[in-house]
Amino acid sequence: MSEQSVQLNTKREYWRWKEYNWRDASIDWKQAQIISCGIDVGSVSSQAVVFTDGKLFAYSSLRTGSNSPTSAQKALDWALQGTDLPRERIQYIVATGYGRVNIPFAHKAITEIACHARGANFIYGPSVRTVLDMGGQDCKAIRCDERGKVTNFLMNDKCAAGTGRGMEVMADLLQVPIEEVGPASLSVNEEPPPVSSTCVVFAKSEALGLLRQGWSKERVLAAFCQAMAHRTVELLSRIGVEKEFAITGGIAKNIGIVKRLENELKIKALEPKLDPQIAGALGAALFAKALYEKQLAS
Amino acid sequence: MITAGVDCGARTIKVLILQDGKELAKSTVLTGFDQLAAVEQAFQSALQQANLAREQLRHITATGIGRKSVAFANSEITEVSADAKAAVFLFPNVRTVIDVGAEEGRAIRCEADGRVKDFAVNEKCAAGAGTFLETMARALEIKLDEMSALSLKSQKIIPMNAQCAVFAESEVVSLIHAGIAKEDIVRAVHEAMADRIAAMARRVGIEREVALLGGVGKDPGFVAAFKRELELDVLIPPEPEYVGALGAALVAAERNVGGS
Repeated sequence: MSEQSVQLNTKREYWRWKEYNWRDASIDWKQAQIISCGIDVGSVSSQAVVFTDGKLFAYSSLRTGSNSPTSAQKALDWALQGTDLPRERIQYIVATGYGRVNIPFAHKAITEIACHARGANFIYGPSVRTVLDMGGQDCKAIRCDERGKVTNFLMNDKCAAGTGRGMEVMADLLQVPIEEVGPASLSVNEEPPPVSSTCVVFAKSEALGLLRQGWSKERVLAAFCQAMAHRTVELLSRIGVEKEFAITGGIAKNIGIVKRLENELKIKALEPKLDPQIAGALGAALFAKALYEKQLAS
Repeated sequence: MITAGVDCGARTIKVLILQDGKELAKSTVLTGFDQLAAVEQAFQSALQQANLAREQLRHITATGIGRKSVAFANSEITEVSADAKAAVFLFPNVRTVIDVGAEEGRAIRCEADGRVKDFAVNEKCAAGAGTFLETMARALEIKLDEMSALSLKSQKIIPMNAQCAVFAESEVVSLIHAGIAKEDIVRAVHEAMADRIAAMARRVGIEREVALLGGVGKDPGFVAAFKRELELDVLIPPEPEYVGALGAALVAAERNVGGS
């Protein structure tokens, strides 16, 4: 077998979402007084966000590797790529997320709960009172005040049901690219009953059984998204949902989950003005700016 | 008197034919997607082995998660009752029964006559069931039956942080990348699972003696970890996966005496 045909036979990774970076080319960082940075090293994805005088300058998002410091470094390098901004010019870096304590070049580590609330406050505005962060390996329901300060929270980090990782597993099983899961799940004429298994491992067997019964992939995805939304609403209702309501994290980009959450909660989620997946790193960058200003003042 | 027990489990269907407390025949068939056909196949195979016609069975009792679908059964019994019944039949001094199947874990406290005093079941989460081991074997790229030998070779305890089977799969992959020996990873998997099963058993209270039933009882690596965790010896029948069917067949005999 030639090398090329081996390549062609390699299994496609349906779960693999696109890594990306972005910069505001209109900003000249050389004019900036304060350059702050937030890095969110999550269990599945890592983001870096750079602010110049409180303005969003650049960001990146990529998959977390096996080593937290390397992932943080890569995320930052990629955010800075093509900006000429040397890392040494960044005055303050705050790390957050699952791997936050392990980042040698960060000045401080802050929990992702605080950072997501702060980031959501920036993305969605001060009217946000409930933030649902749907991450790669956990799901958090956060209540906050008008300054983005956390007043209460609940989280599931024990179980893949209701997390991005669970969604990746399902995308891979059904061979639907992860970005298309949401729209595909909404393409059914009638909403099927939700899958009955809580556990993602059991839901996989259940999904295979449904396919055997002649269900379409879209219908199975609808049943899975329905179950996931329901499970998330249970978490949310334990802490209580106060308006306005916003979703952050990777799953905020999955319209199939967002729509079903809105239907079950009977509350519309705020439209994000920025990428909701960078909320944690964004909050960290805002904290970094405030901490640097405090340091200057003292 | 000849009776049969049919245990319709998530992964396999077990049939056991019993004559006056003695086993005549037994068979196992994978449940697959056509449960009815699998039940019929397992049943016919057991009848053939025992050289019996269906009419010669006085009573058939079904158990297991799919017990409602065994149309030809005369009665049914829960997995919990079947487990307790069979455990005290096999080991008269048993008061705590732990059954770890493919998709379910159970801990049962029972009386000397096999009546159930208290029990706990986990059927929600793969982390406390045989499926967990299968998933980990896949991540390690080894066969399920290779796990035990590896695990027993390990001299080192390394911690596993993840509980969820999906998260544990990622953790196992990271451990492989970090260069940890496979035998130490397998042991960590066994220890993690033993820890969860023991926690469930403690919730109902552990009274000696303790029996371990279900297919996972055939994994010496898990058994060793489980004994360490409980700090107790556990009794394991030679074919722990047939205990549910045995319990059902025993109950079938009792019911027939009472009935006709």
